[in-house]
Amino acid sequence: MRQQSRVAFILLLTPLVLWLGLLIVIPHIDMLLISLRERISFGVYEGSLTQYEKALTEPLYLRTFWRTAVMSVLATAITLLIAFPVSYYIAKMAKGRLQQVLFMLCLIPFYVSELVRTFGWMILLRETGLISNLLQLTGLADQPVELLYTDATMMVGLVYTSMLFMVVPLVTTLESLDDSVVEAGYDLGGNGLSVMREIIIPHAMPGIVSGCIVVFMLSLGNYLTPTMLGGKDSLWFTEMIYNQFIVRSNWELGAAFGFMLLVLSSVIVWGMLRLTGRTLKETMG
Amino acid sequence: MTPDLECFELVQRFGETTAVDNVSFSVSPGSFFSILGPSGCGKTTIMRMIAGFLDPSSGDIRIKGGSVLDTPPNKRPVNMVFQHLALFPMMTIADNIGYGLRRRGMARKEIDRKVDEALDRIDLPGIGGRKVDELSGGQKQRVAIARCMVLEPDVLLLDEPLGALDLKLREHMKVELKALQAAFDTTFLYITHDQSEALVMSDQVAVMNAGRFEQVGSGQDLYYRPETPFVAGFIGESNRWNGRIERAEGGTLQLRTDTGLAMHAAGAPLSEGDKAEIFVRPESIRLASSAEALEGFDNQLKGTVTSILFNGAASRVLVQDEAGEILEVALPQSGEFASLRRGDTVHVGWGAGQATCFGAA
Repeated sequence: MRQQSRVAFILLLTPLVLWLGLLIVIPHIDMLLISLRERISFGVYEGSLTQYEKALTEPLYLRTFWRTAVMSVLATAITLLIAFPVSYYIAKMAKGRLQQVLFMLCLIPFYVSELVRTFGWMILLRETGLISNLLQLTGLADQPVELLYTDATMMVGLVYTSMLFMVVPLVTTLESLDDSVVEAGYDLGGNGLSVMREIIIPHAMPGIVSGCIVVFMLSLGNYLTPTMLGGKDSLWFTEMIYNQFIVRSNWELGAAFGFMLLVLSSVIVWGMLRLTGRTLKETMG
Repeated sequence: MTPDLECFELVQRFGETTAVDNVSFSVSPGSFFSILGPSGCGKTTIMRMIAGFLDPSSGDIRIKGGSVLDTPPNKRPVNMVFQHLALFPMMTIADNIGYGLRRRGMARKEIDRKVDEALDRIDLPGIGGRKVDELSGGQKQRVAIARCMVLEPDVLLLDEPLGALDLKLREHMKVELKALQAAFDTTFLYITHDQSEALVMSDQVAVMNAGRFEQVGSGQDLYYRPETPFVAGFIGESNRWNGRIERAEGGTLQLRTDTGLAMHAAGAPLSEGDKAEIFVRPESIRLASSAEALEGFDNQLKGTVTSILFNGAASRVLVQDEAGEILEVALPQSGEFASLRRGDTVHVGWGAGQATCFGAA
């Protein structure tokens, strides 16, 4: 019996170990090794920290690095602000069929690929696009308006792309909040604001934190949206990684960038957990 | 003295259905008032209207004489103990109890003092720092009451708060709730579907059915003098027959059930030929081994024991009479019938006054 359960345990564990090992651990170790070397000449490499030195001294790299971090945090915050009322409405106020329909509506945009969705935004926002034409038609603008290629547009795209990943954990945690707890909050003299602050938000905290972590990571690692909707000034760190690997064939610097991104997201997620006083174990349940 | 709580012709309609149908009652200060009824009778709806979570379709709710219809729930001088207590799991016990005081903007020091006082009052001193889920069911119960009582409400509403507890604890909490009510000297409005809870604790009980109050009175009133067939059937247990009046003379009625059993009853203003519903409680039927012991009872029957339902003090014997009718009779625990077995012949009897009779349509 014991023998059997051991075999079953090993069999069940194998796919996970293979997946983690082959697809995550080994490539990352390889990446780390690549980032720690320098090409001397064709086929000749030497271990060094040059790549990191380059990444940390070149203003363009550093500036893009911080900009990506700040913009991702901002995108996460905006997503949370928009998703919270939406989730609250879906979880607590909508009943029965309406609830399902609203939840489906959040899901539907994700039936098409991110590329198509982003093109959708381009069709709406470009100089000859729908909104530009509408503005001219109503006389609010006297010439075509270019709404693409700004930070604001990129932010819209990032928030739109991340919305579902914030709504789902929020709806789940808010649904588990007993209505009578909220009613008790009012009954004992609380008003909308204090009930929100003392009861609803603390209860939704696990959902808020896990939603924020997912959205933050998605934004930080997003490539398509910043590339297509962002302008020339809105360089995203992932684009620079792509450039180093594919355009410049400089794998060493690309790998170093990749590692910097990994460290950055780990630090910010850790900071987020510290700030809310939660452990990763609690949050991921 | 103005009643603490008055409901006047209260009506609540949800679409086509009328959940609460023209209910009026008043609760005098410091008393324990219960609304007792089966689930779905509208008792929770009344409570939610008083708490302010529902607006009545018509009628008025007055607390200490003043209408509260335009007062939102967070401003009403009533507080509610919810069915599943609804303690705030994200807060400590002290923060739970202090929540309402914080909302009133009371100073930190003052809140701490009041919370400690309340914890002493409910006999749980020093647990303020604990989390809600570290407490037992009975302790949570007391904390939920303390959380309301620190606000000194005019009326405390309790929505079946004992429903989630196990039997032993429930029995204990009944006594304790009554004691807490006396200690806090506050008006309690208690709703429940458990008649024993209502009868044991209340000064006044309203029996509710299908949105209406059937009868309001003390426990004794409801048990001994039910005014409607519903109350007679709902409070306590009853043998129940449908029958017809054969003779009405003075105060006594002679009637025959549809199954052919003849019996005497007292009271009801009915006349010959009227249809009637008859209720006789198992505990008011006397069990005897010989007919002589039952002399003086208006109704006497001979029958055989078909089964014995043992349930400690509430044990019953099912007796089938010669006409085939089955009666539920209380089994006295005095030892006299310890050897009673299935198939034994027994005699049963009850006085006319013990049979409650209502006219039936």
